[in-house]
Amino acid sequence: MAEPRPVLEMTGVVKEFPGVRALAGVDFRLFPGEIHALIGENGAGKSTLIKVLTGVYPLDGGTVALDGEPAEFTSPLQAQQAGISTVYQEVNLCPNLSVAENIFIGREPTRAGRIQWKRMRKEAAELVDRLGLDIDVAAPLSSYPLAVQQLVAIVRSVGTGDRDAPGSGTKVLVLDEPTSSLDRDEVLELFRLMRQLSRDGVAILFVSHFLDQIYEICDRMTVLRNGALVGEHLVRDLDQVGLIELMIGKALDQLEELHEHQLHSGVGELLVKAEGLGRTGKIAPFDLDIKKGEVLGLAGLLGSGRTELARLLFGADQPDSGTVTIGGKQVSMSAPNDAIGAGVAFCSENRKTEGLVPDLTVRENIILALQAARGWTRPLPVAQRDELVAKYIKALDIRPANPEARVGQLSGGNQQKVLLARWLITQPQLLILDEPTRGIDIGAKTEIQKLVVSLSEDGMSVLYIAAELEEVLRLSHTIGVLRDRKLVARLANGPEITAGTILETIASGAHQ
Amino acid sequence: MTTTPRWRALTRHHLFWPVAVLIALLIVNVPFTPDFFSVKMTDGHLYGSLVSIVLFGSPLILVAVGMTLVIATGGIDLSVGAVVAITGALTCSYISDQTDQNALSVVFLAMGVGLVAAVVCGLWNGFLVARMGIQPIIATLIIMVAGRGVAQLITDGQIITIHSEPYKLIGGGYWLTLPFSIFVVAAVVAVTVLLTRRTALGLLVESVGGNAEASRLVGIRSTRIKIMVYVFCALCAGIAGLMISSNTSAADGNNAGLWIELDAILAVVIGGTALTGGRFSIGGTVVGALVIQTLTTTIYTIGVPTQTNLVFKAAVVIVVCLLQSPKFREKVFGARRSRNLTDPAPAEPVLPAAAAPKPPKTSTEVSR
Ligand SMILES: Nc1ncnc2c1ncn2[C@@H]1O[C@H](COP(=O)(O)OP(=O)(O)OP(=O)(O)O)[C@@H](O)[C@H]1O
Ligand SMILES: [Mg+2]
Repeated sequence: MAEPRPVLEMTGVVKEFPGVRALAGVDFRLFPGEIHALIGENGAGKSTLIKVLTGVYPLDGGTVALDGEPAEFTSPLQAQQAGISTVYQEVNLCPNLSVAENIFIGREPTRAGRIQWKRMRKEAAELVDRLGLDIDVAAPLSSYPLAVQQLVAIVRSVGTGDRDAPGSGTKVLVLDEPTSSLDRDEVLELFRLMRQLSRDGVAILFVSHFLDQIYEICDRMTVLRNGALVGEHLVRDLDQVGLIELMIGKALDQLEELHEHQLHSGVGELLVKAEGLGRTGKIAPFDLDIKKGEVLGLAGLLGSGRTELARLLFGADQPDSGTVTIGGKQVSMSAPNDAIGAGVAFCSENRKTEGLVPDLTVRENIILALQAARGWTRPLPVAQRDELVAKYIKALDIRPANPEARVGQLSGGNQQKVLLARWLITQPQLLILDEPTRGIDIGAKTEIQKLVVSLSEDGMSVLYIAAELEEVLRLSHTIGVLRDRKLVARLANGPEITAGTILETIASGAHQ
Repeated sequence: MTTTPRWRALTRHHLFWPVAVLIALLIVNVPFTPDFFSVKMTDGHLYGSLVSIVLFGSPLILVAVGMTLVIATGGIDLSVGAVVAITGALTCSYISDQTDQNALSVVFLAMGVGLVAAVVCGLWNGFLVARMGIQPIIATLIIMVAGRGVAQLITDGQIITIHSEPYKLIGGGYWLTLPFSIFVVAAVVAVTVLLTRRTALGLLVESVGGNAEASRLVGIRSTRIKIMVYVFCALCAGIAGLMISSNTSAADGNNAGLWIELDAILAVVIGGTALTGGRFSIGGTVVGALVIQTLTTTIYTIGVPTQTNLVFKAAVVIVVCLLQSPKFREKVFGARRSRNLTDPAPAEPVLPAAAAPKPPKTSTEVSR
């Protein structure tokens, strides 16, 4: 069989950062019309490979060829003009511009040098519609949750295939963890679009930590470990167990453990009681009880109000109705400080804008919440601080395990672990986790879920939000179901509750 | 090549470029003033160009240190020059009204009055920025403009001269052979470093400047922290105001501290603190202020014509800022190195030590 020529070929790619060799001579190739997964643990070098390909970082060694021609891009714009469209791992759009402006930024439709706003909005609406998204393209991007922002980034990169539309002339589409905060439905829409593009001959590079997704959509995969190439395989030649072995370099059997785990029954007395809590336009007034040691999972579709509910319980947004009582005392919830004082912690889904301080070190980011609670006059004693930080770096396997590393230089998954560590060390009474495992690799995900279980066994209450229904089902004692910004049901978890029953509840919209 | 790891670690240190520029500037002076580096003892006082640079640079260092914390929170304080003028005017006019200008009690009270006024200015700035949410550049513009007017009112539009020996000490006196202001600066810098690094203040300031929304969600009381840094900045400006008026034994509402805010901002930036907020370096700021003061001295010693003064200064500042930019350094100095690395690959493939020992199974067949 004659080999078709790869549209993209990277050979012996080397990228070094001070003290880290992120890519050590990696070969990678991409054929026209294939969907190719790039797989590896957190920090394996996936995003770095994408960034050297698209000119975010200069190459330290090796070559890149596009269509057989040597190509070394010095800026993402250049890469884009050469036909490589990219959605980076961290959404990098302009939150205060409208959705339409974000989609068309840099290539607005113009006539006689003036932007045609009406046409831009119309085309943007069409593009968004194709992804099955029901949003107002004139609204500012920041008014939408992270999942929508991620979809907008995807829309921006794929475009329509029309000649003048964004994304036309794309030969290679690069998607770095595009599905990390998407629900099942959006993932399916995205896959439909990806298949269509691949039929049109676009080569797609797809990064995901969801192995099921990879087996569903990809033809071939390249596995990285510690910056080195481990292998390139056809998806159908390698099963999941084999793949995980390649990824982490050893057999993994504890992955199954959590599936069999029994929910502990040590749920205690009432801890949090919300009555009529609500905020107009965000979430309808709701009542909610959380008991000590209970894990309350929230299920709902994109835009159903899960994050909004969590933010009200933390005072991140001010409620305009209702009350919250924690441990018998009413808490005013006018600012996060009030909630923190009452023992509530909130780990935001959006680690980039609402979570980490990229310039600070891993250590500083981890102790930030604890330190803020102590106030500026009482710094954490050095010995205690270093011990805590070391403990959580180890427990969550943050890599590099260097407390002095700048958080902005960590890989996406490792940043997420730092954010989790920050809140875990505060030992709150109620821990609100909004998509805590976003971007975390399959091994570490199990570890984190186990940690949540063991914390709740020790009496910590947890409000758990995850796009993946199975994740919610596995961990929660109770499941709150949301629909259209309303809490519509509250189900006690048990053997009869499955993803199916929850989806039914969402669809029917009310069994109280 | 000289790129030993030691050397590379040194060049990567955040103080490397500011210090290098400072040394270079100092050396430039030598051909023009051969005894530039010599320090002489006369009447039990040390004299020399180096001593004067520190002496004349003292007010700038003080203002820049205060400015550093404000900038680290993502703000800026344009009012420091006006605060310098107000403090000097109040203090001097108080002293000049007294019969015994040499009484210690008078001098202390006068300084107290001046510094309280500075603190009030700081509180006002902090209130506008942190409580009212006004853009710092606008909020502090108010006192920048109005403050000079206030200083003029206090001095009745005149230059007030005083004759107070104790007051003269702060900005013009000597102690233990050195100018007294050097001790004041050392004390303020030491207090600032202790205050920010021995407590958690520095961390919280950097967090607020690095990501304001994240800091709010983490429970940092950023309103309080911002008000504190504006007050601290104004207090530093106030002390600088005392120094300047003490040095000349006069209060000049019009010219005292004129444009010092711009020099201070420059000093902070040269010292490596980004205007966008976040990480700050007090040591860097001190070096930055010394660079600016040395530059001013150099302009005089090498005899740059007065009319091109500012152009010369601007040129040096641009060079310093360019040197600080990693992108620029990569372009200019890094070209050779990176070309070496992209040259035809070395014979043996390089695997990191941590990579798997087992040979990778690489299937290379193609599906279509
Ligand atoms: N700008 C940077 N400076 C220093 N080190 C970096 C930088 N960017 C990445 N690294 C390091 O390079 C390695 C690879 O990171 P990369 O982001 O490519 O991982 P990844 O495979 O995308 O992981 P994840 O699944 O967590 O997103 C990590 O060790 C990371 O700490
Ligand atoms: Mg990544």
